[in-house]
Amino acid sequence: MTSTVDGQLPGVALTKSELLEMYRLMVLIRRFEEVAAEQYALGKIAGFLHLYIGEEAVAVGAIRAMDPEDHLVTHYRDHGYALALGLDPRRCMAELFGKATGLVGGRGGSMHFADASKHFWGGYAIVAGLLPIAAGLGLASKYLNQRRVAVAIFGDGATNNGAFHEALNFAALWKLPVLFLCENNQYGMGTAVAHASAVREMYRKACAYDIPAEQVDGQDVLAVYEVTKRALEHCRSENGPYFIEALTYRYRGHSMADPETYRSKEEVEEWRRQRDPIVLFRQKLLSHTVATEEELAALDQAVEEAVAEAVRFAEESPEPDPATLTQYAYADPITVR
Amino acid sequence: MARELTYRDALREALREEMYRDERVFLMGEDIGAYGGSYAVTRGFLQEFGPERVRDTPIAELGIVGLGIGAAIGGLRPVVELMTINFSLLAMDQIVNHLAKIYYMFNGQFTAPVVVRTVEGFGQLAATHSQFFENYFAYVPGLRVVAPAVPKDAKGFLKAAIRGNDPVIFIEHSLIYRNRGEVPDGEDFLLPLEGAEVRREGRDVTIVSWLRGYYLALGAAEELAREGIECEVIDLRVLRPLDIETIVRSVQKTNRLVIVEEGWKSFGVGAEIAASVQERAIDYLDAPIARVASVEVPMPYARNLERLVVPNKDKVIEAVREVLYQRTLVPVAR
Ligand SMILES: Cc1ncc(C[n+]2csc(CCOP(=O)(O)OP(=O)(O)O)c2C)c(N)n1
Repeated sequence: MTSTVDGQLPGVALTKSELLEMYRLMVLIRRFEEVAAEQYALGKIAGFLHLYIGEEAVAVGAIRAMDPEDHLVTHYRDHGYALALGLDPRRCMAELFGKATGLVGGRGGSMHFADASKHFWGGYAIVAGLLPIAAGLGLASKYLNQRRVAVAIFGDGATNNGAFHEALNFAALWKLPVLFLCENNQYGMGTAVAHASAVREMYRKACAYDIPAEQVDGQDVLAVYEVTKRALEHCRSENGPYFIEALTYRYRGHSMADPETYRSKEEVEEWRRQRDPIVLFRQKLLSHTVATEEELAALDQAVEEAVAEAVRFAEESPEPDPATLTQYAYADPITVR
Repeated sequence: MARELTYRDALREALREEMYRDERVFLMGEDIGAYGGSYAVTRGFLQEFGPERVRDTPIAELGIVGLGIGAAIGGLRPVVELMTINFSLLAMDQIVNHLAKIYYMFNGQFTAPVVVRTVEGFGQLAATHSQFFENYFAYVPGLRVVAPAVPKDAKGFLKAAIRGNDPVIFIEHSLIYRNRGEVPDGEDFLLPLEGAEVRREGRDVTIVSWLRGYYLALGAAEELAREGIECEVIDLRVLRPLDIETIVRSVQKTNRLVIVEEGWKSFGVGAEIAASVQERAIDYLDAPIARVASVEVPMPYARNLERLVVPNKDKVIEAVREVLYQRTLVPVAR
């Protein structure tokens, strides 16, 4: 394959600047998380830290396909989505540091990123718990005639949970504009898909609810983009929900606490060497002369600096004011004691 | 001006008025539409408002509440109905892990003003359909838990809950739907979702209760008044936030406290009240606090056994005598 026009990929309706932005975001997510892991080791970040390394193409491809008005809810592995949405890496890092300047003021941490201004209604830490909420957002959109699609991000593990089935049934029954985007990274903590799910292809589960579904190579950012675009169009045209299964892989443990006894180093290496989403995309951009080595190196460098700056910002930011401890427990005032 | 309404009609009025006032208000729950609602609160609503706004759902409690949360975040004002409180356990994850926490966890960026209506009660329904779980919800910061006993409160609370910005667990009682009471006129009759109310003044002993327990307390107070014992009766009305101040003030006057609840005694709402009262007013207590509660067994079906389990007026009277040190030795199943 060769490109017909410099700065474009054949059959892809994205401009050069869009393609380079996608590349930049994938590198940003990768680098942000690598640095987060270092900061975790230094004790600057605590709690559960679920890294997204290896899965960057899913977030970047999907978010690029979304409309700014669409709703997003994700599971706890949410840093990639926040960054792909364009949220400030400094505020993302500050959240991991538990600082007042963090995305949610240090109240949520790694698992609960959110930004209402981007209609990112949060990372939810209970497996599958976000799925009915996403269906509810779809309900609101339809009720208010908004044509906004609610996009729900979840793992393969979530598909074995009752909340998943309830949400799919509701969405299909009421033809709600909901995109169920399942990241099948092959494991739920240490449990391989085959040990947890009677059906090994997640997308097939959608057929129980008559929801159109397909599988996509989650390491190919353009493939994710294309299928998401199509799926969103389906949902927006009042056809009800759509289901995508993105086949992907996380290079790091489930969280920083994971001893990784359940899989071999070779398996991880194999994915890294052959299926790395950033390497694959980089090669594509170069081979189609969308960008030069120098251009990409400049982006890499800029990301490096942005992440270093994010750490500096997080480090220097104040902790939340203790006086705000009970703020936001209730939205309306309470006077009784 | 005011009219007399049943508790059920007060709820119906509140829902109808709010649905007319605000297009964003909609109802969702099992059999609330075509069937007319298990307790007939929403009878006729489907015909009146249509299926977009009166949504019959599958039997999927977790999903119902979860969809309510998403809909609320998305800009609607959902009133979701859980057929009875027994089934609320299936929705507990959505209620406790999500609904209650969204406003705080996301730093006040957005809230999920869902009203969850549900019903408790009993009536030879056996163990899984006769439970009192208000303490499960009252335990959770972030939720408001209301339990209106009288029609006025039922209406004022429900309207305020729908208009408010916090999630509200709205607990009704199956055995008081036909109770009648004065309800003020006016479509904007709202009651703040807090504050216990002294409904009967008395000098000798304070009885605090809510929902059906309130009526037991009232009945006991009236009977005891005939022998000169004056009970002050407090309708708690709201379990979270708990208005302990009103109870303490009353105890400072009467120096004696009886708590009546239909739930099990251990780890219940009454336990919380007793602990809080002793923290604030131990010096005012002339007798140990007495608690009337259900016998700690799963509810039996047989009529005679069920009657032994739940509180009744006589047990309340017995408890009042106990705190007045007038206890007659009538055997009471405990
Ligand atoms: C209801 C529930 N049970 C257990 C957990 C603990 N837990 C957190 S993540 C996880 C694995 C989920 O795997 P999957 O859905 O495939 O997502 P992934 O982490 O692979 O992205 C488990 C068991 C939880 N958070 N929620």
